[in-house]
Amino acid sequence: MKFIVSLLLTALLSFVSGLYLPWWGIAVAAFLVAVVIPLKHGIAFIAGFAGVFLLWGGLAWWIDAANNSILSKKIALVLPLGGSIVLLILITAFFGALVAGFAALAGSYLRKLVVE
Amino acid sequence: MKVVPFIVSLVITIALIVCLDRQWGTVPPVGKFVSPQHGFWQNAEAVDENFNSTLVFPQLHDKSTVYFDQRLVPHVFAENETDAYFIQGYLHAKFRLWQMEFQVMASAGRLSEIVGDKTINYDRRKRRLGMGYAAEKALIEMESDSTTKAECDAYTEGVNAYISNMKESELPIEYKLLNYKPEKWSNLKTALFLKYMSLELAGGENDFEYTNAKNVFGLADFELLYPSSQDSVDPIIPKGYVYPKPGVNIKAPSTVDSLYFAKTDSADIAPVKPDPANGSNNWAVGGKKTKSGKPILCNDPHLGLNLPSIWFEMQLSTPSMNVYGATFPGAPGVIIGFNDSCAFGVTNAERDVADFYEMKFKDETMKEYWFNGEWKTSDFRYDTIKVKDKPDVVDTIAYTVFGPVMYDRKFSENAVLKNKYYALRWKAHDPSNELKCFNGLDHAKNYYDYLSAIKNMHTPGQNFVFASKSGDIAIWDQGEFPAKWKHQGDFIMPGTDSSYMWQAMIPQDENPHIMNPERGFVSSANQFPADPAAYPYYLGGNYPPYRGLIINRFLNQMNGVTTEDMMKLQTENYNVFAEMARPILIKYMSDSLLTEDEQRYFDTLKTWNLRNDVNEKGATIFVVAWDYLVKAIYSDELTKTKLPMVYPYESTLLEALLKDSNYKFVDNITTDKKETLRDDVTAAFKTAVITLRKADADGKLKWGKYKDTRVSHLVPTLTPFSRQHLPIGGGTNCINAEKDTHGPSWRMIVELTDSTNAYGVYPGGQSGNPGSPYYDSFIDTWAAGKYFPLWIMGRGDVEDKRIKAKIEFSK
Repeated sequence: MKFIVSLLLTALLSFVSGLYLPWWGIAVAAFLVAVVIPLKHGIAFIAGFAGVFLLWGGLAWWIDAANNSILSKKIALVLPLGGSIVLLILITAFFGALVAGFAALAGSYLRKLVVE
Repeated sequence: MKVVPFIVSLVITIALIVCLDRQWGTVPPVGKFVSPQHGFWQNAEAVDENFNSTLVFPQLHDKSTVYFDQRLVPHVFAENETDAYFIQGYLHAKFRLWQMEFQVMASAGRLSEIVGDKTINYDRRKRRLGMGYAAEKALIEMESDSTTKAECDAYTEGVNAYISNMKESELPIEYKLLNYKPEKWSNLKTALFLKYMSLELAGGENDFEYTNAKNVFGLADFELLYPSSQDSVDPIIPKGYVYPKPGVNIKAPSTVDSLYFAKTDSADIAPVKPDPANGSNNWAVGGKKTKSGKPILCNDPHLGLNLPSIWFEMQLSTPSMNVYGATFPGAPGVIIGFNDSCAFGVTNAERDVADFYEMKFKDETMKEYWFNGEWKTSDFRYDTIKVKDKPDVVDTIAYTVFGPVMYDRKFSENAVLKNKYYALRWKAHDPSNELKCFNGLDHAKNYYDYLSAIKNMHTPGQNFVFASKSGDIAIWDQGEFPAKWKHQGDFIMPGTDSSYMWQAMIPQDENPHIMNPERGFVSSANQFPADPAAYPYYLGGNYPPYRGLIINRFLNQMNGVTTEDMMKLQTENYNVFAEMARPILIKYMSDSLLTEDEQRYFDTLKTWNLRNDVNEKGATIFVVAWDYLVKAIYSDELTKTKLPMVYPYESTLLEALLKDSNYKFVDNITTDKKETLRDDVTAAFKTAVITLRKADADGKLKWGKYKDTRVSHLVPTLTPFSRQHLPIGGGTNCINAEKDTHGPSWRMIVELTDSTNAYGVYPGGQSGNPGSPYYDSFIDTWAAGKYFPLWIMGRGDVEDKRIKAKIEFSK
């Protein structure tokens, strides 16, 4: 349950950060969530990772659908992805997720340091 | 030690962020770039994007509304012109910001700031051409005119209003890919853009190559290779026109034989030049010849084709002006278009207004040069080129009475220059205010308004075609052109005294022009403006004759002309050059020497319908065979030395062979045998078949496939942002002058009936955003030779179904 809450909260806070902060606001969001909600370190990493993976992947997919893939088709060739839109969305989600995962891990360790 | 895992994970996080926030070589900052709320995904415009908005800017004076039609053409309704130009600037920026700035950076020689050291030479070339110097001088002239200044100020404010209000996520995608940000716009940038067009259209010259050719072949043979007249010339002002005595008399200097023609100094500089095909077609048919009884004006400017397109279509309407047409993102006003009274369009005048002078400097510091018997002090311009991720490059450029020293030992396009200095005298360096010309045309009510408007066009010289609802048609070959003695500036001139300088400009009213001619139409297609045998000033010889010839032939035959007829004519693929040249290939072919396979290609050529249509194989065979014939005839002479030279014009060879099959250059001077035209034609065809067979095997023998037209993004490496393999016919010497990367950049047809009836199309789309459905939405229509009706919206049409969105502006 705490995992699901963590994940959703990371996604939500990341989205809000995107409105006001540069792209790395997702790291701040994932970090804060992991500080506040106690989870095992590995689980915290996964919650941060998955939260932003779903957010970025979902946003990219949603934008792409509204755009009829006009741009993603081109970008998937500019970045050497062989024109694969799925790969482009996965890569988008992965980079955000990776940053958020490590930020959540750091948050989780900080919580341990402070609480214990 | 519990702190260690915290620190390690924190460091990894920060390191990841830092790595993903910076550029690696050509890879953009990945984190920033892929972030769906910041990066490229933000440029993926929803296909049903609603462009409605309400905007407030304190710079505005009144309320204005912009209505977008279904093609995203903005129809601007403002209460005063200042607001209209502000909004034009705002809209140009909204849809074309990256392109506007990139073109100006290219013009100013600042590309290295964006892309790094690979463009240093490109940038230095622009600095040495004096692009910045020219723009600064033009700006002074522009800002000394209150109308132009107000127009430019409002436009600049509009561009900057957009930039200031733009969120980072709204940056055009090219900024995100190349990782930089836009600067503020300025009137100087508008001037730099206009100089970019001047360079494209009036930057052509062959001084070094012609000097080499004269030195290698002698003046007599030079004139055979590069004549300053043509048998087939059908000038813009028809033959037979009687020109008045010249208002200015110029004389060649007394030393011309010894110091100019007989001088044998050559230089192995191979200048980088604008595409000589930058040309165009325009014509106006008078009411006598049209079905409606009203004039029809047509124009299609031929330029390098790029995305985003050089043109942006719009209507500007105020109580004092209502003009529609093609605008330049980067400059206020409409450039090619029409208003409620008349229509106007341009083709390039092709005059040589760039001449090189060889300078004598005291020493390598270039501080003093010899001029009129004394040492004169040079001015210096220190040009600092900022280079992305690298130290600045400073170029010191000496300026003389003629202009900047373009080539010296520090910059020579890879030639070895020892104690050689070449200064450039370029008409585009002279102060002038071309925007005033377009402002005047946008407001013109009649022929006299048109005439006083175009007088402001000094450089680049243009053939301005005109037609009015009152029934007048006219054309002026307009520019401020130097009056030259024969061959002046064809070769490098001595720069040690004033005797070789341009002595005077041709008086404006002596520029070739004609109004309401007997034949019922006016036209131009970059051919000789006037019969060189009758016009009192030297015109040089850089004019392609064939499009003019075929346009005039068709127009002469036509009557009861409709806009549909004009569409057909503008996209006409008939190859009149081939009509005249194919008989030579046929007559001088030694059939008996052809293999069965070669004979098959030859048969296709013989039965070809002379049309460069997409599916014609004969067009490919003709073009390839003629190219090899040109090489067979001239390459032995032109490669006799290592000096750079240019090939003679197509018309030169064709006219020579039509007159005399024993043309002097037919013989291959590298063999002992004396070749005949028959030998050359047969050998060239056999070589051509090797190329043709390969094309055939690749399925590329059909002309459209062989020519392979594309419209490329301004950054050539961004091929996914380009449109390739477009099925379109035409080519050099066809009215539809569509080559592989160059051609009709805006096709416009305007019938000046009481309610204007106009059509247009350009190879691009209104949006510069590769993520928008409007990025390339006109290309297929353009390639198919079809047009869009141009909607001249009225103030009362606000409920019209064609309106897709509106932006309301207020103060």
